[in-house]
Amino acid sequence: MKRLFFSLFVLVFPLVSGAACLVRGTGDLGVIIERASGSLQVVDTTAHKALFHVKGLGDLSHASVVYSRDERYAYVFGRDGGLTKVDILCGTIVKRIIQGGNSIGGAISQDGRLIAVSNYVPGGVKIFSAADLSLVADIPATQVVGRDGRPKGSKTVGMVDAPGKRFVVSLYDAGEIWVIDVNDPARPAVRRFRNVGKQPYDGLITPDGRDYIAGLFGEDGLALLDLWHPEKGVIRILDHYGKGEQRLPVYKMPHLEGWTITGDRAFLPAVGHHEVLVVDKEGWKPVAKVPVHGQPVFVMARPDGRQVWVNFAFPNNDTVQVIDTETLKIVKTLETGKGTLHMEFTPRGEEVWISVRDKDEVQVYDTGTLEQTHRLSVAKPSGIFFTNRAHKTGL
Amino acid sequence: MDLLLQDCGACHGMTLKGGLGPALLPGRLAGYSRDFIAQTILQGRPGTPMPPWRPFLTNEEARWLAARLQQGVKP
Repeated sequence: MKRLFFSLFVLVFPLVSGAACLVRGTGDLGVIIERASGSLQVVDTTAHKALFHVKGLGDLSHASVVYSRDERYAYVFGRDGGLTKVDILCGTIVKRIIQGGNSIGGAISQDGRLIAVSNYVPGGVKIFSAADLSLVADIPATQVVGRDGRPKGSKTVGMVDAPGKRFVVSLYDAGEIWVIDVNDPARPAVRRFRNVGKQPYDGLITPDGRDYIAGLFGEDGLALLDLWHPEKGVIRILDHYGKGEQRLPVYKMPHLEGWTITGDRAFLPAVGHHEVLVVDKEGWKPVAKVPVHGQPVFVMARPDGRQVWVNFAFPNNDTVQVIDTETLKIVKTLETGKGTLHMEFTPRGEEVWISVRDKDEVQVYDTGTLEQTHRLSVAKPSGIFFTNRAHKTGL
Repeated sequence: MDLLLQDCGACHGMTLKGGLGPALLPGRLAGYSRDFIAQTILQGRPGTPMPPWRPFLTNEEARWLAARLQQGVKP
């Protein structure tokens, strides 16, 4: 605790919050979530330093961020249902609303005009104007029967944007995938795909915006929707990938964001196994399993696709491993420290920034030498989000 | 205590108001005994993502956690 206060002290004082707006580009900036204190730091990835400390963002215990297309505004989705628009050139909150009871993430539309949020409570999807966060549309979730026997709205997860001004989202309890067309924002057209599999827990869209894939917690396999051919429906891929193996208890849900496609291969976390799955994208057949240090949480490719960096679930969340995507060998095991929660590559991938919660620091590694080059003090850091996400479908 | 907030919080929310997992606030837990909650922590809930924490917690620690949850935890 003392250490936390010390870090906060060191942090806050050099950074004057919202004193003056910067006149500069934002392409080498980003934000780092401070999960325990409801704050974030705006960082400069060229200078390796913090520019602003922004407070008052609520419960950020599982926060995520999307960027406006001008890379000036970060939209922060908080666990408490908060949606906050942060001006990263000024280090200020432009607007903050509590849009739902309990949320985990959202997306920005292809044209940058709309923000969609997926909610755990009361379930469903809300769509807001990116300009002023006013409510544009509210789509209630499919009703399911809760464990207490009462009806409730299904949790929605894995929200992404898709080409054609669409959002795609999965319904955890209902086992559905929705494609939401927002060409007429006030009257979104929802196409529902039912019975996609048990407990879709997260989703991703391939970088070209064509394939939406939901991970299934309730079964070994993933659900794939080809957005070029939605009439073909949702198909199952990698069915029974863990067949015959004992599935381990899962202490942290894996994430599919950053799920990696390098050439004709995809790399993804195996749920309940100490493995990274390697999949031939043509036909989505498994081609290899790479044994790793623990259950993978994030499996992220360096932008050039030559390396995949992996972090792990509790109790193995003190390590990061680097896989060579050609040989499928682990080329480096880094002992980053307990609570290694997230990784983000700089836009062209010469560096990766890694948040280490229990050390109250973000470590920066050179992805060529695989050595640590910088360290920033950040209180209980979790997600790291650089502005180049603004121009990537699904991020 | 840190385990409770950080690792339970991963699914149940750091303020324990719920997330992918249900809320763990005193009101919702009122209908369950301390032993039941402790056993749920230790054994997990088959058919749900709740894993067994027995490899990391003793019976006493689980009962302590259960009591803290029933009282309400101020983060």
